Amino acid sequence: MLFNYSNVLIFSLVGVGFILVTLLVGSLMRPKNPTPEKLSTYECGEEPIGSAWMNFNIRFYVIALVFVIFDVEVVFMFPVVRVFKEWVANGTGVVVLVEMFIFLLILIMGFIYVWAKGDLNWFKKIMK
Amino acid sequence: MPETLITILKIIIPFAIIFTFVPLLVWLERKGSAYIQDRPGPNRAAVLGIRLGGLIHPIADVVKLIFKEDICPSQANKAYYIAAPFIALSVACVTFMVIPFAAPYTRDGHIFTFQAAQLNVGVLYILAMTSLSVYGIMLAGWSSNNKYALLGGLRSSAQMVSYELAMGLALIPLIMWSGSLRLNDIVTLQTAQVWRWNFIYEPLACIIFIIAAFAETNRTPFDLPEGESELVAGYHVEYSSLKFAMFFMAEYVNMVIASALIVTLFFGGWQIPFLPTEVLRENAQMILNIVLTVSALLAIIIGFFLILKFKKRTYGDKRDYEVIVLGIPAVLAGFTLILFLLFFGKIPLSTTAELWITAILQIGTFLFKTLFMCWVFIWVRWTVPRTRYDQLMNLGWKILLPLAMVNIVITAVRMLLK
Repeated sequence: MLFNYSNVLIFSLVGVGFILVTLLVGSLMRPKNPTPEKLSTYECGEEPIGSAWMNFNIRFYVIALVFVIFDVEVVFMFPVVRVFKEWVANGTGVVVLVEMFIFLLILIMGFIYVWAKGDLNWFKKIMK
Repeated sequence: MPETLITILKIIIPFAIIFTFVPLLVWLERKGSAYIQDRPGPNRAAVLGIRLGGLIHPIADVVKLIFKEDICPSQANKAYYIAAPFIALSVACVTFMVIPFAAPYTRDGHIFTFQAAQLNVGVLYILAMTSLSVYGIMLAGWSSNNKYALLGGLRSSAQMVSYELAMGLALIPLIMWSGSLRLNDIVTLQTAQVWRWNFIYEPLACIIFIIAAFAETNRTPFDLPEGESELVAGYHVEYSSLKFAMFFMAEYVNMVIASALIVTLFFGGWQIPFLPTEVLRENAQMILNIVLTVSALLAIIIGFFLILKFKKRTYGDKRDYEVIVLGIPAVLAGFTLILFLLFFGKIPLSTTAELWITAILQIGTFLFKTLFMCWVFIWVRWTVPRTRYDQLMNLGWKILLPLAMVNIVITAVRMLLK
């Protein structure tokens, strides 16, 4: 088993090495004569006003938070569904099913709450 | 074969497959879009008059990109700016290694698998690796210090994160049916009977997964991160030269992997329809002869067709003779193959040869299915218009996610009642 993970490591190292070599070959081949105009930030020919590192919309942050909760849910579901077939064969499938539903139900209630609060809406009415 | 050689081959072959698929797909995309829009498409680049219907263009593209100047904006965060394409491409490649290409076989107590790493947690590994690709895009968008890039990166990460949930939940019914996280087991359980493939068992999961795969790879109709009309090019707007090529390649590698995953999980992977592995191994010789005869006949027919198209003075240069240069060797190769089959086709094969023929046929089937799925990606791109961003988020959170949960419940009840 560990042998297989060492394969993963070697594979990713080969991947990074391939990219390094390509970039190295490229850096030997290509011209290099930068000018201040060339290195300025691209904004369709206009002079860029201010930096792009500014405050961005909170919606992206909310989406990311909700994602983390549900992604953990998915991860917790995997071990249960992995053994579900064997439990059904044992005749104890109902117990697992009920437990899984209770787990799902808690999260679905959270999901409904988020939905009802309007956090899943991309367009929001701020004034009510 | 010694163990290390096998490991090296297992690592090199997936890379070779990925990096032959990418130029092929670039060509397929351009040529396919051209035919969908009723125009000839790329057909100019030539090596000594040979154009191969535009297949030389990807090579010309690579040469051009290598010789382009690499510009790093003075306002950018240099370290992240350089790291982003690395992450994007290497993460995209690494996902490919758990995908099985052919049926494993046992020899002297050793199980030989046709995948770079046989992991117990194959499906989880794939989900983990695909979610890592957000980092490449996010870093690229943020580090360029460009407003278009930042917006593209933000949109892209929010979109990928939303659809990953639907993707993960759509996979759960499959794991319920197969009781294993290994991709190879999932493929083996689907068997060679087409009606036992997962897209028949789990049509809803299949549809959700395919839609989520489109969103994860940032392809039209969900290509908002790089919507040309709004964001110029999105997160890679500041990248040029080979670093741009890295993102470009990563997009196509992601597409290949998404197609390979869809094929593996829902369309039987390496299973050849109605030809189980045992039948293939027993009748390896007959099947090999049939395959070789058909390919020989195809080569002869295509060769003759090409030669008949020869006309002097269409272009007035070497390009006139392209059809001859390609057609005559094709015909000759076809006849040689038939002669070879007549003389040597009856010689019985060794067991090893039978195993390898089976494996090669299965790999061929798998790659063909993957290529077809890639074509579906291209087909959709040039047929369906882009969605609006709020529609995209609504689809992900309010339709696909509840549907995927309902699907889990339905599957669980179905399994209990069975």
